[in-house]
Amino acid sequence: MSVQEASMRRVTAIRNGTVIDHVPAGKSLSVLKMLGLDGSLSNPVSLVMNVPSQKMGGKDIIKVEDRELTQVELDRLALVAPEASVSIIRAYSVAEKLDINLTDEVVNVARCTFSNCITINPREPLPHRLVLTNRDPLELRCRYCGKTQDVEALVDNLL
Amino acid sequence: MPGLITMDDLTNEEIISILDDAEQLLPVAKGEIFLPLLQGRILGNLFFEPSTRTRMSFETAMKRLGGNVVNLGDVKTSSVVKGETLYDTIQMVDGYTDIIAMRHPRQGAAQYASDSANVPIMNGGDGAGHHPTQTMLDLFTIRRAHGTLEGLNVVLAGDLRYGRTVHSLSHALVRFGCNVTLSSPEALRMPEEIISDLRNQGADVNETDDLLSQIVNADVVYMTRIQKERFPDEDEYHKVAGAYKLHARDLDDAKAEMIIMHPLPRVDEIDSSVDSTRHACYFEQAFNGVVTRMSLMCWLLGVKVPSDVNTMGSEI
Repeated sequence: MSVQEASMRRVTAIRNGTVIDHVPAGKSLSVLKMLGLDGSLSNPVSLVMNVPSQKMGGKDIIKVEDRELTQVELDRLALVAPEASVSIIRAYSVAEKLDINLTDEVVNVARCTFSNCITINPREPLPHRLVLTNRDPLELRCRYCGKTQDVEALVDNLL
Repeated sequence: MPGLITMDDLTNEEIISILDDAEQLLPVAKGEIFLPLLQGRILGNLFFEPSTRTRMSFETAMKRLGGNVVNLGDVKTSSVVKGETLYDTIQMVDGYTDIIAMRHPRQGAAQYASDSANVPIMNGGDGAGHHPTQTMLDLFTIRRAHGTLEGLNVVLAGDLRYGRTVHSLSHALVRFGCNVTLSSPEALRMPEEIISDLRNQGADVNETDDLLSQIVNADVVYMTRIQKERFPDEDEYHKVAGAYKLHARDLDDAKAEMIIMHPLPRVDEIDSSVDSTRHACYFEQAFNGVVTRMSLMCWLLGVKVPSDVNTMGSEI
């Protein structure tokens, strides 16, 4: 049995839903938070952490049953797991493979983490805009205040 | 609408062109010639936090060119105190004016205003962010003193963390190939993202906490105010502030043409003994705020400055 097969068999195949593979090891809890999967929903969610990966060394895998991720949700995912691969599963088969494309600007996904940014006022109506300044390592700056974002803290600033 | 939010909004050629126009406008700024290039135009002065030089020089600049000015007035008596958003304030003033000068305590406010407005926004300082119109007058002052902006040794000293003037200026200096030395106490170092930007532009940025050792090679020493409230206790402030104070005696080995600049107001950073030396340039620098803002407003409003104002204007 290959390393890949061993990884995938740690949890059973799902009938319908979404599989998020190649999540950086240890980041799956952040991914769940970004997707709003906090246990309050009824969808079964399977999580495997720190499994060996030829491509990444180690990775996390998330399987969400009976829910297909939307492009807006994928945009959120790009902030913590830009290299993740997403498969939509229907009737136990991969129906679609979705790409996470980290766009040059992340609009209305998260609010700037800088405490003195003009966008801190929730009544200001313009969109929250974080500009991608580097892909690897991931670096984003607020369009308005120009501050480099604490990517870990962005999870707490999701809109 | 194009405005001036950070120095990235201008190319080097545009900077030089605006400074050249400012040279032409000097007799108008001094009140020797009346040249109403901006007659019929209205400047909106939106200063959400205190300002003396910036606000007054914008107002003087517009009036010297024959235009008018409306002021936000005291924030405490404006609609801001009632909780009006910046977006709404800008929508209103956008309808009243042709161009807006703005200072705001929140970082990013100028870009936010620019994204909200149809008229050009000139950033007069946004939190600890940028202050590009100050940079334009600083560049004008440096060029007048040295005849060039290229390849100079410039020391930026004092509060480099919160001092927005040095944030904008450092970006511009590096673009003209200046060697920039940053001299500050550890707690007030230049923000990492700015140092990173400067290095990405190919600059060799040096950092030191020993200001006096840098004077001998400097063409420009740019002082900024170290504010007491940045320190946990008064003793620490006095210890640090003492190391960033210039006296005339510190300038004995300086190059003859070296200039000392300061965005003002100064408190203790430059002793009054420096004022009478040939190096003191900060009051001329403050005056230059008028002429560079005149030139900048003409540029942003698409008004051409004549190459010889003496033949165009009328004597006063």
